[in-house]
Amino acid sequence: MNKQIHELSVVELLHGLEDKLFSVTDIVHHYLDRIARYNPELNIYLHVNEKAIDQAKAIDAEIKKDGLTKPLQGIPFAVKDNFLTVGLPTTASSKVLEDYYPQYESTVTKRLLAAGAIILGKTNMDAWAHGSSTETSQFGPTLNPWDLGRLPGGSSGGSAAAVAAQLAPVAIGSETAGSIRQPAAWCGVTGFKGSYGRVSRYGVIAMASSTDSPGPIAQNITDAALVTSVIAGQDQYDGTSSPKEVEQYHKLLNRKDLKGMKIGLVKGYLLPTMRTEVKTLIQNAAKKLESLGATVEEISLMDPKYAIGVYTVIQRSEVSSNLARFDGIRYGHGRENFGEEAKRRIMLGTYTLSAGYYDAYYKKAMAVRTKIVEEFENAFKTYDAIIGAVSPGPALKLGATKNEPMFGEMEDILVEPSSIAGLTSAGVPCGFVDDLPIGLQITGNQFEETKIMNIAKVYQDATDFVKFPEKYQK
Amino acid sequence: MAKTTITTSDVAKVGVLANLPITDEEKKLFADQFSATIDVVDQLNEIDTTGVIPTSQVNHLENVTRPDVVDKDRILTQQQALSGSKNVHKGFFVVKQILEKDSE
Repeated sequence: MNKQIHELSVVELLHGLEDKLFSVTDIVHHYLDRIARYNPELNIYLHVNEKAIDQAKAIDAEIKKDGLTKPLQGIPFAVKDNFLTVGLPTTASSKVLEDYYPQYESTVTKRLLAAGAIILGKTNMDAWAHGSSTETSQFGPTLNPWDLGRLPGGSSGGSAAAVAAQLAPVAIGSETAGSIRQPAAWCGVTGFKGSYGRVSRYGVIAMASSTDSPGPIAQNITDAALVTSVIAGQDQYDGTSSPKEVEQYHKLLNRKDLKGMKIGLVKGYLLPTMRTEVKTLIQNAAKKLESLGATVEEISLMDPKYAIGVYTVIQRSEVSSNLARFDGIRYGHGRENFGEEAKRRIMLGTYTLSAGYYDAYYKKAMAVRTKIVEEFENAFKTYDAIIGAVSPGPALKLGATKNEPMFGEMEDILVEPSSIAGLTSAGVPCGFVDDLPIGLQITGNQFEETKIMNIAKVYQDATDFVKFPEKYQK
Repeated sequence: MAKTTITTSDVAKVGVLANLPITDEEKKLFADQFSATIDVVDQLNEIDTTGVIPTSQVNHLENVTRPDVVDKDRILTQQQALSGSKNVHKGFFVVKQILEKDSE
């Protein structure tokens, strides 16, 4: 094999293990070396798993004895620091939880570990997942591997940057509105958000419980599908997790073209403020899908500016409730340790839920949410998927969040509607502007994961936009 | 609809409700920022929602219950529960006093 270990996808790593081209210990060693080399400059990992080598050796012994028997056996992964991991600190990038070690394991990491995967470490994020930049982390921002002067996006910025800089073959993120797809777009990698309730939220430090959706960030959609097959499914510890049966997504990516598919290109998502180059890339993607057999039509949906209002109220209200429990009495430190962004969100949410304002803000937002949900339901009667840009532009420069109290909401304008409605969506690279990656969202109705992954797979197979920054390829 | 202005005293009141210490500087900053944010939110009034049922849950699950049996996997031992806590006393969490000694 000519490729180095970090250039291999998860599927390729599994083949390599099967063919005994390298051991699990070799893989983990290779990644830990790269983390030691590049992490000081990129600030992707907050904590590295010191037991990873021992765990790798144990899995090598398993494989030696019985062969590969588990779906992710020996695959190392990075995980966002809001997933509870026993034995590893879990801070949500906040000083409130600076020295917190969880008492139990999140369902997502539990399932990955049971599938034979190994945690490389915990990745940086916007504190409490509040933001789209990773700049609100109280442990410093993560830098974008494509340009160290730029932000990786967020809130799962560390996880997206880890895959882009090849400091992990795959990473776990969580999305409330865009927090998987947006950093994946800014870092030029593939993000996948399952429908709300497809992947358990148990053991994920809550942001907005009615939209939080964990999911993978990967080199390509096939890897993302494989990881989703492992982490998805009903969980008795999360009452909102869906009882619908989980498909083995990675085994169902068998479409060769998009014949018979009807795709809507959302006109209103080509924002007037958007750069022409970004619009062109999205229109090119639409043409590409057409050439692959799909019918693509322009469609109109509610102006996404209303989704900002809905999302802002719902998310801040839920944040104020979820973060009320962090008082430093049992675990962590006192509430004076919250950073400015967390304070701002908790307080605005407290305001919108307070007596006299509840009806005007919270109830109103939930009613508009109904209209957004109905609009999508209607659109999916005709269309298999809808497409648009993930983000209005490429990665912004460090410091862009300063004096922008609604930075995240504005940057995530194009992904908020689908998150509010709990839809499934893939974010895939669709080209470059100023040498910075741009992402395309392919969004489908609830529980249409297989269909969306297939469209993304056919698109990725027919294009060549999956690239990695040269600097970190050595 | 009239423009909503949030004052520093509104912010101070919310700070108390949210149990967050807020400096005078933050009061001023948040009052301005909250007014701007509420402006964006107020755009929702352009949408008629008369008779629309609000949505709080999007995947249509209702009344989810679990079997009424003990699940030992979900129970923490006292030692696990107290691990990582800085303020414990004889196997309990120490909490802030909320009642006065003299109160009845």
